[in-house]
Amino acid sequence: MKKIAIGLIVLFVLPAIFWSGGAFAAGYPEKPLSYIICFNPAGESDITARIQEQPLKKYFGKDVVIIYKIGGGGSVGWSEMLRSKPDGYTIAGHNLPHIVLQPMERGDAGYKTLDLKSIYMFESTPDLLVVRKDSPYTTLKDFVEYAKKNPPGVVTVGGSGSSTANDLGTAMLNKAAGIKLTYIPFGGTGSAVPALLGGHVTALMTYSTMGIQYAGKFRPLAIASEERMAVLKDVPTFKELGYDIVEGAYRGVAAPSGTPDEIVKKLADVFDKVMKDPEVQKKMDQNGFKTEYMGPEASLALVKKKMVEYEGIMKELGRIKK
Amino acid sequence: MFEHILLGLHNLSTFQNLMLVLAGTVAGMIVGALPGLTATMAVALLVPFTYTMSPIAGLVTLGAIYMGCIYGGAFSAILINTPGTPSSIGTTFDGYPMARQGRGEEAIVGATVGSAIGGLFGVVCLIFLSPPLADIALRFGPAEYFWVGVFGITIISSLSAGAFLKGITGAAFGILISTIGIAPIGGDVRFTFGMPAMQGGVELIVMLIGLFCIPELLNLIIQGEGQKERIEYKRTKGVLWKTTRHVLSMPGNLIRSSIIGTIIGILPGAGGNIANLVSYNEAKRASKTPEKFGTGIIDGVVATETANNAVVGGGMIPLVTLGIPGAPPDAIIYGVLMLQGLRPGPELFAERADITYTFMLAVGLSAIVMVPVGIYGGRLLSRFVSTLSTRYLVPGIAILTIIGSYAIRNNFLDVILMLMFGVIGFGLRRLGFTAPPIVLGLILGPLMETGLVQAYLTGQAYASPWFALFVNPISWVLIAMSLFSFLWPYFGAIKGRLKGK
Repeated sequence: MKKIAIGLIVLFVLPAIFWSGGAFAAGYPEKPLSYIICFNPAGESDITARIQEQPLKKYFGKDVVIIYKIGGGGSVGWSEMLRSKPDGYTIAGHNLPHIVLQPMERGDAGYKTLDLKSIYMFESTPDLLVVRKDSPYTTLKDFVEYAKKNPPGVVTVGGSGSSTANDLGTAMLNKAAGIKLTYIPFGGTGSAVPALLGGHVTALMTYSTMGIQYAGKFRPLAIASEERMAVLKDVPTFKELGYDIVEGAYRGVAAPSGTPDEIVKKLADVFDKVMKDPEVQKKMDQNGFKTEYMGPEASLALVKKKMVEYEGIMKELGRIKK
Repeated sequence: MFEHILLGLHNLSTFQNLMLVLAGTVAGMIVGALPGLTATMAVALLVPFTYTMSPIAGLVTLGAIYMGCIYGGAFSAILINTPGTPSSIGTTFDGYPMARQGRGEEAIVGATVGSAIGGLFGVVCLIFLSPPLADIALRFGPAEYFWVGVFGITIISSLSAGAFLKGITGAAFGILISTIGIAPIGGDVRFTFGMPAMQGGVELIVMLIGLFCIPELLNLIIQGEGQKERIEYKRTKGVLWKTTRHVLSMPGNLIRSSIIGTIIGILPGAGGNIANLVSYNEAKRASKTPEKFGTGIIDGVVATETANNAVVGGGMIPLVTLGIPGAPPDAIIYGVLMLQGLRPGPELFAERADITYTFMLAVGLSAIVMVPVGIYGGRLLSRFVSTLSTRYLVPGIAILTIIGSYAIRNNFLDVILMLMFGVIGFGLRRLGFTAPPIVLGLILGPLMETGLVQAYLTGQAYASPWFALFVNPISWVLIAMSLFSFLWPYFGAIKGRLKGK
């Protein structure tokens, strides 16, 4: 009888010890972290990940392995990440507006926006309207006037793909200024650059990073951020010039839904330290990224806010059914 | 500029850097020779290792790997009729027949010499002609890319001489497969059969392995042990020098192929993968014995391998002058440069000439190093593959194909697709449809679609948007080239008829 009692107690107590969330998280991390990048190498997501890689290993405590799962504008990687174990060892870089627009527009993108449990939003690249240095438009006003005087379609604006921040930014400018710019999607931010340099499009609605990189060749006309960026201090914001356009891409990391909150918190702390690392900050500035420091709650709030915002815009533009 | 070159040579001549070039080239060749592992993958995998190295050492290694990889693809193309990298698709056309005739070593020597010369040519253009060539690249807009794609498709008319209808059908099938996934413009979801994983479309490598390798393996299995003597390895003396002299005696082929490779390389997004096919087509056209192409003539191998290695140097031209990668591996090198704080562009040449020139010279050196390594290694490999019984060869290659197709996207779906295409390819071969037109369709489909739609969009200002396709003089040149390329096989027939009269 005694033996049975002891046996039963052991049987029930032991699992309880291992089951408590505290013990679970106390051993974390025990394995390397898989950091999935859903876009092509040398894109913004990749470059940011590479900037983060060494400090990430340092602050995470274990090895960090970058894996590429490219396709569908990110959807292949995100849908796959959601099928991995929610144990905090697999995360993926995620991007606004993609994660909101894809499920909205595609019906079945393989994932739902809120299935991606946001850990941290670490950067944003505001939309930047640029023309070539030798173009006749020196200000946004010139550009808009030219667009108004000419039939729709004469002024072409290149950007990085359909249903991206570049696409939305152009659409928002059309609406705010009452003009009709033709948006030409290219396969990625980099692909649009030769089109502008070669004169095949009039302007680009690209990201702040390109304004820095091609400072010698491009003339930025306006930036779609709340305030001027320090690294592009001579570029007026759309808001200053009278157009209420704040748009850009946000990038962060997410884990599969179901990942325990404390593990998410631990990862958020790690990324927070990484983004506050002086070396990382320097490189981010050098490349034209705006560093953000949004933890899980702030990120979720941002995603939800954008979901409402984008749904409104997309319905207005007729891109999704009302 | 010459002091920069001397500086670069000086930096390169350290023991460490020379060893890195050698190691990188060898590693690249091995990866290139394995079907399914591409240059892009190899370069991407090595990036984390380069963090522990100085910028020069890291870039030197990556450049050597890239050059070696493109060359390495020739080995499997020649020996097992499977392009080790997509840039060696054309090498199978004549390389494999040569191997079957016991002239595998000759083919490998030809590929080696061609690759070295093409590689050097590309690097020389990179060092001396970058600015003007980059300017030319910028003149190519969406419409021009569309016509480049069309020009690529017309190659089919010569690739499948005599079976043109089957070739075009194959190409159409390839283009259809290329539409699977998300539309490049507009983002529509196409043909994914409800599977999110299919949103990424069909990877080229998967189709390559499926259509080239699997039918070959199935054939080997069907023919069984009795075919052990199929690739006789005849150890003939003096093959090396004789072949080298023979290759060097076709300067037209070498120069033309190098130019084709460099030009296609400078066009970002055109895909160096088509350079070898365009070069093959042109070599066939310029030859006095075009009917021999496809039966095992070394001119074919030289044309393809020279062009694809010229793409390496060519692709770096827009990278270093404009910061725009010419080919996918360049994109990765771009990322590495960015991380080191080096911004690709004219400043790189001016401010960090030491790094830039050392890097370029290292890539050139890699092209030279390939020669002894390739010839010696190639000889061993050729002997090994030909004497290996099919009992070991077939499973060995099968395992490689599975690993290769999985490794591309870490996705098991790709393995299944590869096997499906293998079976389809086997069936199609029996019906007289060959793989190259299908693969060509897959490569060129997205290029043509993107160019066409973008050109249409830019043409909104014209009376008809389609006019945008015909505005640029470069378009006219490309259209003329396409027509000529398309009709060329028929010129021969017309000429014959006229003579007959």
